[in-house]
Amino acid sequence: MTSPALTVSPSASARKPARFKSLVTKYRVPLSILALCLLPWLLPSKALAVNVLIYGTVAVGYNLLFGYTGLLSFGHAAFVGTGAYITGIAIGQFGVPWYLAVLMGVIGGALLAFVMGALSTRTRGIYFSMVTLALAQLVYYVALQTPSWTGGENGLRGFTVNKINLFGFEINFLDPVNKYYVLMVFAALALWLVSRILNSPFGAAIEAIRENERRARTCGYNVERTKLLSFTLSGTICALGGTMSALHLAFVPLDSLHYLSSGMIVMMTLLGGASSFFGPFIGALVFLVMEDVFSLWTSHWQIIVGSIFVLFVLFLPKGIWGTFLTRVMR
Amino acid sequence: MNAPLLAVNDIGVRFGGFVALQGVTTEFRPGRVTSIIGPNGAGKSTFFNVLSGVLTPSSGSIRFKGDDLKGTKQHEFVHRGIARSYQITNIFPDLSVHENVRVAAQASRSRYNIWTNRNKFTELDAKADAALEAVGLVTKRDETAKFLAHGQQRALEIAIALISNPEVLLLDEPTAGMGPEETKEMVALLEKLAAERTILLVEHKMKMILGLSDRILVLHHGRLIADGTPHDIQTDPEVRRVYLGQNDGYA
Repeated sequence: MTSPALTVSPSASARKPARFKSLVTKYRVPLSILALCLLPWLLPSKALAVNVLIYGTVAVGYNLLFGYTGLLSFGHAAFVGTGAYITGIAIGQFGVPWYLAVLMGVIGGALLAFVMGALSTRTRGIYFSMVTLALAQLVYYVALQTPSWTGGENGLRGFTVNKINLFGFEINFLDPVNKYYVLMVFAALALWLVSRILNSPFGAAIEAIRENERRARTCGYNVERTKLLSFTLSGTICALGGTMSALHLAFVPLDSLHYLSSGMIVMMTLLGGASSFFGPFIGALVFLVMEDVFSLWTSHWQIIVGSIFVLFVLFLPKGIWGTFLTRVMR
Repeated sequence: MNAPLLAVNDIGVRFGGFVALQGVTTEFRPGRVTSIIGPNGAGKSTFFNVLSGVLTPSSGSIRFKGDDLKGTKQHEFVHRGIARSYQITNIFPDLSVHENVRVAAQASRSRYNIWTNRNKFTELDAKADAALEAVGLVTKRDETAKFLAHGQQRALEIAIALISNPEVLLLDEPTAGMGPEETKEMVALLEKLAAERTILLVEHKMKMILGLSDRILVLHHGRLIADGTPHDIQTDPEVRRVYLGQNDGYA
């Protein structure tokens, strides 16, 4: 017989992390934005902080599809790259103001995501992943074959944004701190948007589809249409990340469309934890910091990052943040 | 006499060369429990899949309240008023018990709203709790569904199916894999449900079927070979030969 005291105490202590977790969940947007505000002062360089901002936004957007809808896309680089290219072309070749160029990049990425989603969400499992991969490679080759627009394999240059006019204030965009906080507004917007989507009835519907597609369909959800909407929203957020990257680098590398970039987004998401809202952002942070640190030691930094990634997938499938939320806070 | 709620006419289903259902014609009137029995492979699950839109029949037609269901997509069946449970437990394993039912309720309220907080739909929470109350799971509402006992998961699936307040409820072996105690609870639950709606039941437990059903259909090799009250079926020589004959102990 176990004594009553023994049976009571574990459940009482199990309640505490649950409360912490629900608090973190409830205030996830203000907490994330607070973390973003502090980020550039915690990292070795401001350029690294901007990169974390961009890839964090991309990974959080990707996770809407991967972690919450349960669809493993290997083609999200297409949306990041398309957002970046459209923004760059709009500014460099048409002299469009930067904010309109961002809007155009996001809309262009959204349209591409809608088309790719319409084609890929008809399939399931590995076939879905392969279709997204193939379609994204198609976009890559289109960019490669149209150098007059995209600069081909040299990438797109010549659209540097020096100054930004914001409500009458002129901001020097070449200053790294200014750049960070301007781009942070977009990242914060994306995080707020994704959080809102996850809290919505649609957010519940995609989770139901992830959990059990057949049951969701039997309950009356149009699975195909729901997946398509999720795919489009996810691609739109990634395109926003792409436009941010174009503004940051004043350059769009052709590699931004390559499937290796898609793979990197998947790695970041898994590393941080696909089961949580902020996990992918943490994943992008850890991935980019590892790249920054290890590439100083060796040009083969990918071996180290890859090994760490494999260890995570094997032993901490919930990722860094997901594990932290469920385990460490106990 | 009431008009038929659900009517099937000359339904046939083929999988390549295999004929799973052939020439099935029958109708279901409101407010009764009809059981569908037959040996394994007789076409019971195929028949259910046709009635719930999972399968489109190769031939024949289904009418629900007078409307032809041809071309109706599977996810629209529940909005029409036909809900089902599955033979193998089919729930949302990683969601809480309450969320399992709430998200099912939400399907007839809001499916594509990406803006409003889902907690504002408080009527769905109340509805979910009422459904959990009805199947005796209200004390488990905050548990993760996959940690429920098997019988409780079966009950949860019925709550999910019930939440749309369907006129026709299709239950595919609701007591599959249950022990005698759990089966007894499920039978009590089904008796309660039968008072309010039309239930179609696929089952193997003969005692339960004979006790619950107003009417029994017998399928054999994809054909309907008998249709009548439990008493008729028990005394039907053809049924005794193909089905009950093999399992005298049950009858």
